[in-house]
Amino acid sequence: MIKKLSVIIVSIFLLAFNANAGSDGELKLDKKPKKVKDCFENLNRATFAFNQKLDKAIIKPLAESYRDLPDPIQKGTNNFVTNLSSLVTIPNNVLQGDIKLAIINTARLAVNTTVGIFGTIDVANKMGFPKYEKEDYGQTLGAWGVGPGCYVVLPILGPSTIRDTAGSFMNVLGGDPYYNASVHGNNEYLNETFYMATKAVEGIDFRSNNIESFDNLEINSIDFYASVKSLYLQNRENKINNIRKGNIEIFYKNEEDWEEIENN
Amino acid sequence: MRKFLIILLFFNINFFNVFAIEADIFVQSTVNRASQILAKNISQEEKINELKIIAKETVDIRGVGFYSLGAARKNLNEDQKKEYLGLFESYFLKSFSSRLSEYTNPEIDVLSKEVLSENYTIVNSILKGTSDRPEVKIDWRVYTKNPEKPLIRDLIIEGLSLARTQKEEFSSILNSNDNNINALFKTLEDFSNK
Repeated sequence: MIKKLSVIIVSIFLLAFNANAGSDGELKLDKKPKKVKDCFENLNRATFAFNQKLDKAIIKPLAESYRDLPDPIQKGTNNFVTNLSSLVTIPNNVLQGDIKLAIINTARLAVNTTVGIFGTIDVANKMGFPKYEKEDYGQTLGAWGVGPGCYVVLPILGPSTIRDTAGSFMNVLGGDPYYNASVHGNNEYLNETFYMATKAVEGIDFRSNNIESFDNLEINSIDFYASVKSLYLQNRENKINNIRKGNIEIFYKNEEDWEEIENN
Repeated sequence: MRKFLIILLFFNINFFNVFAIEADIFVQSTVNRASQILAKNISQEEKINELKIIAKETVDIRGVGFYSLGAARKNLNEDQKKEYLGLFESYFLKSFSSRLSEYTNPEIDVLSKEVLSENYTIVNSILKGTSDRPEVKIDWRVYTKNPEKPLIRDLIIEGLSLARTQKEEFSSILNSNDNNINALFKTLEDFSNK
């Protein structure tokens, strides 16, 4: 039971912590950002403080050591975990009605898993496939019109919302083929420990790519908790509205705040 | 007399056209200036001081300050506004230049621009990737009300708005302190003095 719970927690980890993926598709330009309530702020702040201590004691040192590994190993690891994430991205492409992208991502997965030696080499990228963007069940719920609910900070796992946390549970309820094969599959190569190790490596890989960014953000924030919350929610908003990175017209349609200051 | 007026009008139109600065050229020129400073073999403190000068010239600090304050700006009296703008400028220059000074020899290429309105143009650029960091997309919200002196109002890095993040930080501090503006003033002052 504890093992299973651990698997669930680790599987939520990256979905809650992952702040880099975006997604392709249609822009919904008329959507105005909605304020997400921080219903449990005191508890969230306490959890955030706990996570920061954990990060400084364990996660960041591991990420720094990981960074000392040769570049090809880091790159190969990053490619491997990114390739695995396609197993969640593809069903979400389908659930969001983006069949074309689901086909492209399936082809990408097939090429990278075979020619790319279990995904360690991103052959599809070299072949000119479109840029890969992760999707998850939280995004799908958002795309279906489910509101984010309250903002929450999960122990170890970091920032999330009620909707995104619920979406994360879909992975362990049958939504992640890799989890199904590892935990429920009857094979000698995969098991729960291997699954958890993969997810932990994914977390360390993400953290190692963001050491300076997080340090810089922390040093230059007057309320680090509020900064992280804002960045997490902006990122989720972008993903759910299928805004490609850097192509963020949606922000620019919401001019009222900027226009108001003309009168000051 | 009529001829003179036509000449004068023509001269004025040309005069203003000559001095209007395109937003994308303005951004490229600004990042080039910043890059030169960051590439210099000088101390971190000296870099920060030089970056502050650029920020003062190219960022609409007053506008960003009022934006960051959100709805609370409507409740300030003139003295509080003056005090706030002074504190905000010190905070902003320290925070902004400190963030930038971490980069050594950054290469930023301006790719395109989109005119949103008479007042705003968005300039799209990329910070070129290196072996240590991936390519980063940066959009600049440029305030163009005065075409002769465009000013930066926001940086949107990979879709994340710095101004919005700052605004939400300020709002959080106010909410945690019963909307007492003096608590925000003290936080800004403490940050600038640390």
